[in-house]
Amino acid sequence: MAETATRSKPASSGSKSRRGTRSGGNRVQQRQGNTALGSESQETLRDYFRQMSLIRRFEERAAQGYTQAKVGGYCHLNLGEEATVVGLMSALRRSDYLFTNYREHGYAIAKGIEPGRVMAELYGRTTGTSKGLGGSMHMFDTEVGLLGGYGIVGGQIPLATGAALAIDYRGGDEVVMCQMGDGTTNIGAFHESMNIAALWNLPVVFVVINNYLGMGTTVDMSSAESELYKRAVAYRMHGERVDGNDVVAVQEAAGRLVEHARKTGEPAMLEAVSHRMKGHSVVDPAKYRSAEDAEAAREADPVATFRSQLISAGVLDEDGAAEIERAVQADVDAAVAFADDSPHPDPATLFDYTYATPVANDSRRLPADPVF
Amino acid sequence: MAVITYRQALHDTLREEMLSDENVFLIGEEIGVFEGSYKITAGLLEEFGEKRVRDTPIAEEGFVGAAVGAAMLGLRPVVELMTINFSLLALDQIVNHAAKIYGMFGGQSSAPMVLRTPGGGGQQLGATHSQNIELYYAFVPGLKVVAPSTPADARALLKASLADNDPVLFLENLALYNTKGEVPEDAPPAEIGKAGVTRVGSDITIIGYSRMATVATQVADQLSEEGVSAEVIDLRSLRPLDRETLVESVRKTGCAVIAEDDWLTYGVGAEIAASISDGAFDYLDAPVRRVAAAEVPLPYAKPLERAALPSAESLNTAVRQTLEAVGHRR
Repeated sequence: MAETATRSKPASSGSKSRRGTRSGGNRVQQRQGNTALGSESQETLRDYFRQMSLIRRFEERAAQGYTQAKVGGYCHLNLGEEATVVGLMSALRRSDYLFTNYREHGYAIAKGIEPGRVMAELYGRTTGTSKGLGGSMHMFDTEVGLLGGYGIVGGQIPLATGAALAIDYRGGDEVVMCQMGDGTTNIGAFHESMNIAALWNLPVVFVVINNYLGMGTTVDMSSAESELYKRAVAYRMHGERVDGNDVVAVQEAAGRLVEHARKTGEPAMLEAVSHRMKGHSVVDPAKYRSAEDAEAAREADPVATFRSQLISAGVLDEDGAAEIERAVQADVDAAVAFADDSPHPDPATLFDYTYATPVANDSRRLPADPVF
Repeated sequence: MAVITYRQALHDTLREEMLSDENVFLIGEEIGVFEGSYKITAGLLEEFGEKRVRDTPIAEEGFVGAAVGAAMLGLRPVVELMTINFSLLALDQIVNHAAKIYGMFGGQSSAPMVLRTPGGGGQQLGATHSQNIELYYAFVPGLKVVAPSTPADARALLKASLADNDPVLFLENLALYNTKGEVPEDAPPAEIGKAGVTRVGSDITIIGYSRMATVATQVADQLSEEGVSAEVIDLRSLRPLDRETLVESVRKTGCAVIAEDDWLTYGVGAEIAASISDGAFDYLDAPVRRVAAAEVPLPYAKPLERAALPSAESLNTAVRQTLEAVGHRR
């Protein structure tokens, strides 16, 4: 059951410590028993499990690649967010557009990019989603409508709003989804864009992944209204919250909001309450988290939970689950092999992508080159 | 060939481009119902409607970013930022986003957009409404920055900017809007990245852009009556910077004065002086001189404002002193 901004009660005003733990306002009613599986076909449910398992294995290998120094820079993982990622992406058509923040490997895969190309981008190879120019934070693929992972918190929100403006301008029927984290809801770009999207009636669904942690700063430490979906009300926009650990619930809520946006052009906000299983990035040991919270994140493991649910519902048996797990393991192995075998970019191509339209006197100087 | 104002040239060119390409639309604060703070967009809402002329909330980051996103899907937004001072509120979208879309994703998308905005002081608008901070954008690979000084250039560079697939910051100037000049209607778009030699001369090179390029031609014309042959270069494009044209001129004249409305330290003139040092060191008969704004938050009171800003008088003085230093005989 999702909570909506129009139906929910006011936030409880607890005076507890704001560090390290979730406030009561962040709890979402969990679905119980087989009803959690909704009306999806068994085949669809098995495919959700396959995709979630694939993202889980992929991210574990990405972390491994980082420790092996195959992957550089920052590396933010979707571990613990698999149900949210798959639920959201299942709500979109291939022709719909997606803008994300920097924690987007899973989204890239679930939107339809070959895992090998995602891994190759992490490895900085020419076969990567951005030809190795972007890295972990900057995946992109016009073919599947992923219009970028962005590294500046909130930077993707005005862009997504503008993409929706372009759809509206042309009278298209695509919808834009704009993913962001909980900490993003305090930045100006969020509020400016929510206002613009509502004012101009643009087909964009803003999705806030609330894992209650910025890096180490909790939602309660940073947000005066910690029930983030309520912020939509200020812009006369529909807002609701869903259990991000429940792939079927996420798909249902996101699908409903996406189709509503497609039909009416009206934007909406969806808050998916989720858990981050690991640190902010691969290098973060997350020492700031309380033992109870870390334990809660482990217990909430959406992949394991969904696996048990499918088995007890008779959608999968143990052998069937294991077979899927072997298959995704092979997919990830193949992705790593593809990345490893792909060429590094040639330094001679350094200036190929600075400008789309070449003009006179564009500098092509290397650091030690004289100007004249 | 019509003689029209810089304002009219901008207006007419925008209108022409909107008529020829339905992907071109205008977006900004007060550009529609109010017809623009400086009336560049007067009449365009009435002619093209709200879809093509979009009034925005006061939310620079939001609407500049929305223009970037729309450009990524192939529209051609022309953003009006009421003054360049307000562009700072959209800095993240311009520098971290518009400038990076093409390179960061390996050339899969770009942000073909024009950011029109006036700089310039001298209107008693005080410290926050009088700045010349185009340098912030000229510093950034991925952006292009052009600065027309005449109505003809305004037209030719706006056409070039709209034909370009990269984000272009199009610098206007408050003091130029009412200036007049001949505008050939069939002239081709300008070439971004090329400076113009607006006066040919042999004694000294004066380099300027935007308002100071017009001041430079005035000073050169005054000096020519006294027998001084000054060459004037109008940069027209700050990024890319046409170093070849500058250096070629200084190799001929042996000395140079740079005229800029921005602050001297780390300013546009610093880069030009360094380029002259790089390419014409052996030809210089005197240090490269810079005429630039005094380094203060620009005061409101007229005598203080006047004292802080470069002018024809201060440029004239610097040129004469440089000519004396090289032993020029008139």
